[in-house]
Amino acid sequence: MSAVEATAPVVRKTALNAVHRQMGAKMVDFNGWDMPVEYPASIGGGIINEHIAVRTGVGIFDVSHMGDIRLAGPQALAAVQHISMNDASRLAIGQAQYSALLYPQGTFVDDVIVHRLGEDEYLLVINAGTREKDFNWVRDNTRQFDCAVENLSDDFTQIAIQGPKAVDTLQKLTDSDLNAVKFYWVTHGTVCGLKNILIARTGYTAEDGFEIYIPSDEATGARVWNEILRAGKDFGIVPCGLGARNTLRLEGKLPLYGHEISDTINVWEAGLDRFCKMEKPEFVGREALEKAKSAAPRHTLVGLEMIDRGIARDGYKVLDLNGRAIGYVTSGSPAPFLKKNIALAYVPPENATLGSTVNVEIRGQAVAARIVSTPFYKKPKKNSLN
Amino acid sequence: MGYPADRKYTKQHEWIQANGTTATVGITDHAQEELGDIVFVDLPKVGAEITAGKTFGSVESVKAVSDLYAPASGTVTETNDDLATSPEKVNKDAHSSWMMKIALKNQSELDALLSAADYEKFVAEEGGH
Repeated sequence: MSAVEATAPVVRKTALNAVHRQMGAKMVDFNGWDMPVEYPASIGGGIINEHIAVRTGVGIFDVSHMGDIRLAGPQALAAVQHISMNDASRLAIGQAQYSALLYPQGTFVDDVIVHRLGEDEYLLVINAGTREKDFNWVRDNTRQFDCAVENLSDDFTQIAIQGPKAVDTLQKLTDSDLNAVKFYWVTHGTVCGLKNILIARTGYTAEDGFEIYIPSDEATGARVWNEILRAGKDFGIVPCGLGARNTLRLEGKLPLYGHEISDTINVWEAGLDRFCKMEKPEFVGREALEKAKSAAPRHTLVGLEMIDRGIARDGYKVLDLNGRAIGYVTSGSPAPFLKKNIALAYVPPENATLGSTVNVEIRGQAVAARIVSTPFYKKPKKNSLN
Repeated sequence: MGYPADRKYTKQHEWIQANGTTATVGITDHAQEELGDIVFVDLPKVGAEITAGKTFGSVESVKAVSDLYAPASGTVTETNDDLATSPEKVNKDAHSSWMMKIALKNQSELDALLSAADYEKFVAEEGGH
């Protein structure tokens, strides 16, 4: 087995790869990773079913392709503050925040979730496609700080349990009181008999849910995956692939690197102002963003809802009503829960008025779309203690 | 999966069932399986001329758009309007969820297409089911 692994081509596999194949998942190459895009209808899968399961019950995702960088040491906070746009000094131990790593010009290296795990210990969770780039960038930009930077990307199998029934599902498998863990907080507990497991109430679905970080060997991954499926059975749990992960995040307007954010798009254009703390005196990209703030942005991210029949797809042109190209679609898809065809697009600010109509060019035809407020979907507010 | 022997198949995964000088066209079960949840079927207008091997429409799943290729040349005489409101029927039964009917220009064009057995072999070799 290991000899085969060693000589295999560069396609990377998570520890759950064999499990996905056994379940009959349709596999795709995602940024060099052999990942499930959807599971067969015979076990409740298919992008639409998987998406609906997460909105109404619970679904599980293998997200082990995500990368993890640990920063620890006396100046860990100073280092994190220097390389990320949100204000990590506001994090209590056990708290997490959405943030981004920026280039000096205020554009994106990547978006990240920053977790504060200890007094001087932080964990950045980064995208699969940017793992090496991010780690090198973080290491190079934190050399002046007294803090160790470790790439823990291959140390974990990361499983996301997402949906309104995620808490009930995972609670069956852990001694931690999950109701005491607020959204964007973490805890450590025993999960499926594994001690001291990081449990984060985070996700990429615009739904309540958890991400757990377990040891990366295949046997442990398969055991925990199957135990979660059993625990969620009564709630109609479905294994979910990257297809549903994309439609879920799109309904919630969660950005995807290479689409809504990239090395050519800055924070203001992407509309991520509330995660960028300009009151911080210094961070990489701040100066450029200060300047960009006073200039008129060339384009801004808007939500589109198709009026006419047709689905806007990534890269399609946005036209004004005179047929002039004014922008482009960054992500577009049918929205399985909302039952509409939606998209995110960059257009000039003068064309971004809510309620106004633009056209999307679909195979040579101008198809009408309305500019709508975002996110398209917001999870219902709960009356519980969360 | 057994493919009905009463029709011919293309390597682009369409089927065509001839009845004299007219024919019915759809996509194969393998195609719907590969596409996943079908949410949109874009078909030509009645009266449109289509050419063998050229695109005549498209089918969209949640994640992607795929072109439809005409198995034979002819004139579109009817399209399956049912698929405008219920495209998922193609997932449920691809071999009975026809897309369009055409008046064939040249019946002999069908001779070059794959038989059910050959198509099944082709799919197996492609790494399909």
